This record gives sequence, C-alpha cells and structure tokens, in this order.
Amino acid sequence: MIRILALAVAALATALPAHAQKKYGPGVSDAEIRIGQTMPYSGPASAYGVIGKSQKAFFDMVNEQGGINGRKINFISLDDGYNPARTVEQTRRLVEQENVLLLFQSLGTPTNSAIHKYVNARKVPHVLIATGASKWADPKNYPWTMGFNPSYQVEARIYAQHILKTAPNAKIAVLYQNDDFGKDYVVGLKSGLGAKASMIVREVSYEVSDPTVDSQVVDLRGSGADVLLTFATPKFAAQAIRKVGDLGWKPTHYLTVVSASVGAVLQPAGLDKATGLITALYLVDPTDPEASKLAGMKAWGEWMQKYNKGADPNDQFHVNAYAAAWLLTEILKACGDDLTRENVMKQAASLKDVQIPVVIPGIRVNTTASDFATFGEMQLGRFDGKRWVPFGELLSGR
Amino acid sequence: MEAFLHQLVSGLAAGGIYASLALALVMIYQSTHHINFAQGEMAMFSTYLAWTLLQAGLPYWVAFAATLGISCAAGMLIERVLIRPVEKAPVLTVVITFIALLVIFNSVAGWVFTHTVKVFPSPFGAGLLPRNPFMSPHEFGSIVVTLAVLVLLYAFFRFTPLGLAMRAAALNPVSARLSGIRVGRMLALGWGLAAAIGAVAGMMVAPVVYLDPNMMAGILLYAFAAALLGGIDNPLGAVVGGFVVGVVENLMGAYVIGTELKLTVALVLILGVLLFKPAGLFGRAVVTRV
Repeated sequence: MIRILALAVAALATALPAHAQKKYGPGVSDAEIRIGQTMPYSGPASAYGVIGKSQKAFFDMVNEQGGINGRKINFISLDDGYNPARTVEQTRRLVEQENVLLLFQSLGTPTNSAIHKYVNARKVPHVLIATGASKWADPKNYPWTMGFNPSYQVEARIYAQHILKTAPNAKIAVLYQNDDFGKDYVVGLKSGLGAKASMIVREVSYEVSDPTVDSQVVDLRGSGADVLLTFATPKFAAQAIRKVGDLGWKPTHYLTVVSASVGAVLQPAGLDKATGLITALYLVDPTDPEASKLAGMKAWGEWMQKYNKGADPNDQFHVNAYAAAWLLTEILKACGDDLTRENVMKQAASLKDVQIPVVIPGIRVNTTASDFATFGEMQLGRFDGKRWVPFGELLSGR
Repeated sequence: MEAFLHQLVSGLAAGGIYASLALALVMIYQSTHHINFAQGEMAMFSTYLAWTLLQAGLPYWVAFAATLGISCAAGMLIERVLIRPVEKAPVLTVVITFIALLVIFNSVAGWVFTHTVKVFPSPFGAGLLPRNPFMSPHEFGSIVVTLAVLVLLYAFFRFTPLGLAMRAAALNPVSARLSGIRVGRMLALGWGLAAAIGAVAGMMVAPVVYLDPNMMAGILLYAFAAALLGGIDNPLGAVVGGFVVGVVENLMGAYVIGTELKLTVALVLILGVLLFKPAGLFGRAVVTRV
C-alpha cells in the first residue's frame, strides 16, 4: 500500500513541471549556460587555436553585457591537439563530467568524425562545428550535428558555375588532397559541371606524407589544361602556387578558401606568383578599406580592441570566430527559457535569412529541419597582389 | 618527352633531399649501429636554428656555419646525456629513447616556432637555370652540396687520423680502446657529425618544402629506404640509394601506379631490400662466426 502511494506521489511529481515555463537541459541553470568545445591549441593544426581564444573573448563580452536572457555563458574550451583520439577523450569529459548543454565549433574534419556517432547516440547538440565537410549536413542520419563553414561541395559548385560561365571550353586540371576534405571538393566540382564533367582532363591527388607536390604539378601541366583547381591544405597549396609560377604555366587558378590566407600561404608562395588566383569568400576581409564602413565590422573592431587585445586585427580567423559565436548567441536567444537539447537543435534548424554582421552582406544563413547546410552563397574574389578583391555577383552552390 | 624530363629531374631533386638525410642516418649507424629515428626532427630543429640566426640578420653562410657548429655540439651533448645511459640497455630501450627524442623535438619546435609554414631562403637564388628549363638553381645547388658532403666524408674517414680512429672505434671497440682510442669520445663525435650533416640536409630541404615542424616526417621514410637500398653502412650507397629512390618513386607515381601509392614504393623497397639483399646494393654482408 505504502509502495503504491509512493509510486503515485512520484508519478505526480514528474507530471507536474517544477517550473511552469522554464525547461532546462544539462548544464543550464537560472545563472548560466554551460557549453563545451575541443580546439587544437597544440599539434599540427595549432594555427587554428586562435579561434578558440577569440571565442572566449566574445563570450566575455556577452557576459559583461548581461549574458543571454540573463544567463552567463560558461565556455569550456579544451585542447585536443588535432588528435581524434584526444577529441573523443575531451568530448566525453565535456559531456559526461562537465555536463555541457551543447558542443560548439569543435574544430577539424578528422576530429569531429571521431565523435560524430558518439554525440548523436548521446543526443548532444554538436553545432556550428568548424569544418566544411558535406557530411555534417545529414539531418536524417545525424540529427544532432550541424556544421558552420560553407560546405566544400557548395564552394566547388560555385567554381564550376564560374568556369562554365567564363570559359565553357576550358580544359580543367585538379590537384586535391587524398582524404575526405579533398574528395568532397572533387565530388562538388563534378556535380557542378554536370553533363560537362568531361571538361576535367586530369585529376591528381597527393598524400599529406608527400614531401612536395612538385611532381603532381608537372603532371597536371603536361595535360595541357588551362584551368587549375587546387584543393590543398596550406603548406601544399603554397608549394603548388610556387611550382605553377616556376614552370611558367599560366592557368586560371582557383584556390580553396581553406588555403586563402595571405600570411600563411600566399606570402610563402610568393605574392607575385599568387596574383590572379581566384577563391570563394564569405567573411568580410578586415584588411579591406571598405570593410570598416560596415556597422558589423565597426562592432567587430571595438570588440577586438576591448576584449581581444594583442590579437592581430588583420587575421581573418578572428572574423571567423566572431561570426560563429555571434550565430550561437542568436540561437540561444531564440531558445528563450526552453534551454533543452531538443530545443537548441530545433532553433538551430530554423534559421531564416540570418545576416551575420561580419559576413559579406547578402550571404545569409538558412537552415531547415531537412537541410542543415548553413551557407549556400559565396562571393568570388581575385588576389591582386595584396588582398582578395571581390568581383561579380554572389553565386549560389546549394 | 618534355613532361618525362620534368618528372626525371624533379625525381633527381627529391632524390638529393633523401640522399642528404640518408647520409646522416648512415653516419650514426656507422658509429653506433643504431638507426636514429629522431634524425629528421633533429635536422628540422637545426633548420629552425638557422632560420632564427637569419632573422637576427646574419649573412647566409655565417648562419650556415654557425648552425653546423651548434648542431654538432648539440648532437654530442645528446649522445652524452641521453644515449650514453642506455648504451648497454636492450635494443627496445634505445629505440624508445629515439622515439622520445622525435616527439620532444617535434613538439618543442611547434611550441617555440608555431606551426605556420615559414619561408627559408636558398643561397642559390630563385627561378630557373639559364640553360636548363627543368631545374631550379636551388635544386642543382643542393645536389652539388650533397655530393660535396659525400666527398668530404669520404676524405675524412679515409685520410685523417681522427677518421681512422672513428672507424676503429665503431668496428672493434675493444681493440680500439686497447690501442688508446677514446671510444666514448668517438661515439659522441659520430653523433655530432650526424647532427651537422642533418643540419645541412634541413637547410637544403627547407627552401623546397617550406619550414614547419612536420617537414621531415615524410622525408625520413624515403631516407630510410635510400639508406637501406644503398647499404646502411655505406655513405656512397646512401647517396646513390637516395637518387634511385627519388627517381623511381617519381616515375612510378607519374606513369605506373599513380600518386596514391608513391609512399608504398618506398615501403616495398625497404621490405624488398631487407628480404632479398639485407646488406643493400653497396653494403658489406656481415658474416658472424658462431
């Protein structure tokens, strides 16, 4: 009898919501929202570590201005050294010990691949992750994962459109890294060219263990192509640009936005050899003299001065970090007092025409429950020897 | 035909790189009978040292000479401090010490100098050779440097008393000690020389592959293949092996098996040599009486 009574009380207690309107998932209270992240502060990709530091500075600003609907952000960013095994370890720590509400901007394709199944099995929001692989936009099989960067396939389709428009009889050569990252681009390029995929006369891959890609570039030149697409990570991209220049080859050369850094790629390759390169942009370039006129970039500049002191104001990574963190705060604001994991995903998947203040005006974020690809448009830019100069209209690669 | 010549020359240039690191491997093997897995990372670190000196405004050749000197001293120091205590330990202990060195050098370089690629200047200038459209002055220059190092090494071991003492210490430590040679000192010197040769290799490689903490990771494997192919105890063999590996790998990659399997060529070479001709093309077969 007593047991039945106890059960009835327990059932009643669960049926009655403790707070009438407020619904909280793990890591949330009236005072704070706890969010987690893994970031390569050490190891081969540690150049990206500034993104995590920069986002810490962004949330410092949010907290100083009163937080999100009165709740402070407790941002826990852990080092994974770009090592997938450590990503798993650190993510489990975030989810199981720190009890974070969500994972935000964890960086890298191999690293996020390692936790893809885990976070979806545990139903932890794994949102706005810092990689452009197309596999993050798969809400049917992985409804808890969403990327931030424009997908590599979207970008490749934009290059394909531009080639079809400006050089319909071109002979295309492709240099790509032989992994998920490089292959995604090749898939996107072919789907963008559609029936004209036969324009590709030669595609050559390299391994990250190769000392140089010189031999590959020689091979591609021998194919007689007049358009070259380089889908390579920074060091190999720099080698390829230099070798193309040394050979005296003058193709129309498209370069993945991943390697579009002036300081880390184009300068080592030689600015004269990099002049004329084409890439697809989505963030505002902080070195663009026009940029400071945008209201969003003014706010960005003030934040850099006040909260991100000592950071290089010409470094695009800080724009990238700001853009993603800004979008997360929008999602959390939209959640209101229903801060459950389910509602976070629901709000993240119902972004409509959101213009991030530091993203090129006109490029808007759109997501639905069946389409998790954040960005569909990009802006082509040409390198003029100093910086990327935008040209033409926005192109859509959806 | 033009493309073929390009591939051939680009293979020779890569071969020069492998050869110079293979020389350093042979150097250590000759004096200690161990393969130093940290050789590539030590060379990378020396190159950062040279880069730092150049950033400080030293002229190229002064920085070059200073780097050789410092690397040689550091190599001897490493032998004294880290290798000497495990000299008599089982092989596995030594191997793990080498791997520890590899990880330490790699991480410290990343920590101190960051992972952003850096441009390392070439003393031979940029562009292409005036009469040879296939090769850059740097590629040509670095091949000459590798051959010069080989000749110097040969002369050192063949014609100087110190070289003779080093050979004796490696070949028969007991007899060498009995005839008054300081065997310990010779071992340290072997490490120092290997570190200096590695530094030369690093400074020749960096202008081609860019300077970053992982620049030697891929190269070391090819250098192993080169050293084994030529005979791990023969400097001339290491250099010939380097060029052969470079050219074969490049031509196979371009025309036969595709770029995806280039590294496999090196691994197959290593296995093949170990299985069928363990002494390599130029090495002496060691016969032990039991």
